[in-house]
Amino acid sequence: MTFIEFLKTYGPQLANGSVTTVMQTLLAAGLAILIALIAGLMRLSHSRLIYGAATVYIEVFRGTSLLVQLYWIFFVLPLFGLSLEKFTAGFIAVGMNLGAYGAELVRGGILSVPKGQWEAATALSMSPAKMMRRIIFPQAFLNMLPPWGNLLIELLKGTALVALISVADLMFVARKINGVTYLSAQAFGTALIIYYLMSRGLITPFMRWLEGVMTRKLGKA
Amino acid sequence: MFDWRWEFVGDILPRLLKATGNTLLAALLGYGIAVVLGLILALAQRTHYPLLNRTVREFVEFIRSTPLVLQIFFVFYVGPQFGIMLSPWTAGMIAIGLHYASYLSEVYRAGIDSVPMGQWEAATSLSLSAARTYSRIIIPQAIPTAFAGMGNYLVGIFKDTPMLSVIGVAELMHTANAIGSEHYRFLEPYTLVGLIFLAISLPTAGALRKAEGKIRENMGLR
Repeated sequence: MTFIEFLKTYGPQLANGSVTTVMQTLLAAGLAILIALIAGLMRLSHSRLIYGAATVYIEVFRGTSLLVQLYWIFFVLPLFGLSLEKFTAGFIAVGMNLGAYGAELVRGGILSVPKGQWEAATALSMSPAKMMRRIIFPQAFLNMLPPWGNLLIELLKGTALVALISVADLMFVARKINGVTYLSAQAFGTALIIYYLMSRGLITPFMRWLEGVMTRKLGKA
Repeated sequence: MFDWRWEFVGDILPRLLKATGNTLLAALLGYGIAVVLGLILALAQRTHYPLLNRTVREFVEFIRSTPLVLQIFFVFYVGPQFGIMLSPWTAGMIAIGLHYASYLSEVYRAGIDSVPMGQWEAATSLSLSAARTYSRIIIPQAIPTAFAGMGNYLVGIFKDTPMLSVIGVAELMHTANAIGSEHYRFLEPYTLVGLIFLAISLPTAGALRKAEGKIRENMGLR
């Protein structure tokens, strides 16, 4: 079977798997960003309780493996009465894991805003919420965009693990094709190329574009 | 609802601890491969052969942008297709070693770039050979910068070893899966695996941070 024939026969399946991977990535990214914002801000709190809670969350999720967390959420949580469907369990595990890494980026990004900006906002007697929203966060956002680009690629790669709880993503489809045809180089190789294109063809250019937009918006270009 | 059985923990803990040995072995072996291979990948990108530079650069980018678990499958299954049988351990070590070699090559690159230009010029003016320049002048000074990244990836490779379970390497996750399906109980094995990972990765990360401070101090950087 030539590679063209292989693509003709199995292309549609691989495309379906890719759609699931994209959906997992988008949902997990949404969750990760939300968690990163909350936990990152909590890490800046002066309350020991709030700071401590975020630290425990971050250390637990960064100190163990994504695969362990995924299995725990999918196989153990039901014993506590919380059964998640495999698709949901998949993106929740990936999102919670990468959110813990993102929290440190949020914290670092906010701390990187020069002190004068905080002082100026205070001098204009802005409320803390307004200061965060109008002055600090936009600048912090621009500072943390480059590391977030890498994190989103890690997140995309992380979603490949959801295949192990039988979510029919790209990785899962590649394994299935391999199991039926034994054409391992074609099945896994094509999947590798698709993942590569998603990282370098979608995520990296998108983050560059976003960086450009933000730089111009903040008048730094 | 909360049905934690301590006697079951007692039964399975020895088996899990034994598997922890395999996990640590896999992490250290993989890291050893990555440390050496990563240096080769980093130096290959500094040669004067554009074709070699570009090829290695693209290769590193490709490995870094694609999932490790898929690479593990690729290495394990593609060999037999061309008549090369690899054991799960061999395939796993190749895949994880190569993956982390790409990461480490970037760490080395940043480290080498952090050495001031004057050091290169001084080495040239002393007419040191390229090998001597790297081994005696550049790499020793690149290490403090590279150390933090190297430490992160040591903990990282340890946390990625559970992926080796997919091709049957008998490490922690694989053992926990086996225990789970033998006894139809997943609460204790998976929770213990999580705790074992925490118990190893948190102190290691702490110790590495301390060591980094020491190295910087010794090099007179702080």
